[in-house]
Amino acid sequence: MHELSIAMSMVEMATEECRRLGGERVNSLHLKLGLLSGVVKDALLFSYEIACEGTPLQGSSLLIEDVPVKVFCPRCASEKTLDSIQLFACPACGELTPEVIEGRELLVVAMEIEEKQQVAEAMS
Amino acid sequence: MSTPRLVEVRQNVLKQNDLLARSLRKRFADSGVLVVSFVSTPGAGKTALLERTLSSLRETGLQVAALVGDLATDNDADRLARSKVPVRQITTGTVCHLDATMVEKALGDWNLEALDILFIENVGNMVCPSSYDLGENLRIVLLSTTEGEDKPLKYPTIFNTSDVAVITKMDLASVVDFDLEAARTNIQHVRPGMKTLEVSVKTGAGITDYLDLIVSHVNQKVSI
Repeated sequence: MHELSIAMSMVEMATEECRRLGGERVNSLHLKLGLLSGVVKDALLFSYEIACEGTPLQGSSLLIEDVPVKVFCPRCASEKTLDSIQLFACPACGELTPEVIEGRELLVVAMEIEEKQQVAEAMS
Repeated sequence: MSTPRLVEVRQNVLKQNDLLARSLRKRFADSGVLVVSFVSTPGAGKTALLERTLSSLRETGLQVAALVGDLATDNDADRLARSKVPVRQITTGTVCHLDATMVEKALGDWNLEALDILFIENVGNMVCPSSYDLGENLRIVLLSTTEGEDKPLKYPTIFNTSDVAVITKMDLASVVDFDLEAARTNIQHVRPGMKTLEVSVKTGAGITDYLDLIVSHVNQKVSI
């Protein structure tokens, strides 16, 4: 299980980014997770909570957008989304194709931050 | 009162690893060394195949060396040292995969220019190593006949991120009713076009073709 170290890198990156932007707390992190990233979603969600403890991300939510695998089918000459990663074949014509266009993502796309003043107001 | 703001980030979580892997790949290219990594389940025969690979290639006059990842022991490095080639151990502790930082650290000031091929044996694991680029030129995934022919379907990502598949323990294929055709089909389903070889380290079957394949990559590098 390498999801904990991945969660820790995410938290570290988000903490840095939050500070840089003058934020005090991170409410949520938006992640694009490809089906071919090698990362297990449930294990990542579980690890994320642990990794957030004692950081500006404590209590934040991790919002994951699953990215299906998109391949290029040479016979149809177009991009197609795979039905399953157990079969790299064009869902339209059945041609096997190794050309992956999307689906390896492990990408933090956005985060919701709160500034100092907001945190103070929320607490009062 | 202002509301919390959503900011765009777009950062690859494994950026650090990917950047380091890229710089390792350049260092390998500059040194003229081909880097080949092995991934598989624990017990698929990585160390046995590597032992055979190192001693056979050494006999042909190629300068070879290995980095070996293991969770806790240095048994594998001890076994490989018998091939009389330079071997370094990476003990990962509880970490289930190698990453580019571990490879860089283990390399230290090793004179890569003196080498033709450096082998990297990853920790036995079919999931985690698939996320980490080590800067290698060729990733070989091993599948042993005793594991069954459906392994590629259970671990499509590791097969998809590898370049060559080697089916090991072919001497046991009939004992365990291994369906070679099904295995080949499954591999093609998760990684169309993947080169697949069958070997038995015990009997030596298929080893020549397998070594030729590796050596052909060394020659390709030289000709570039």
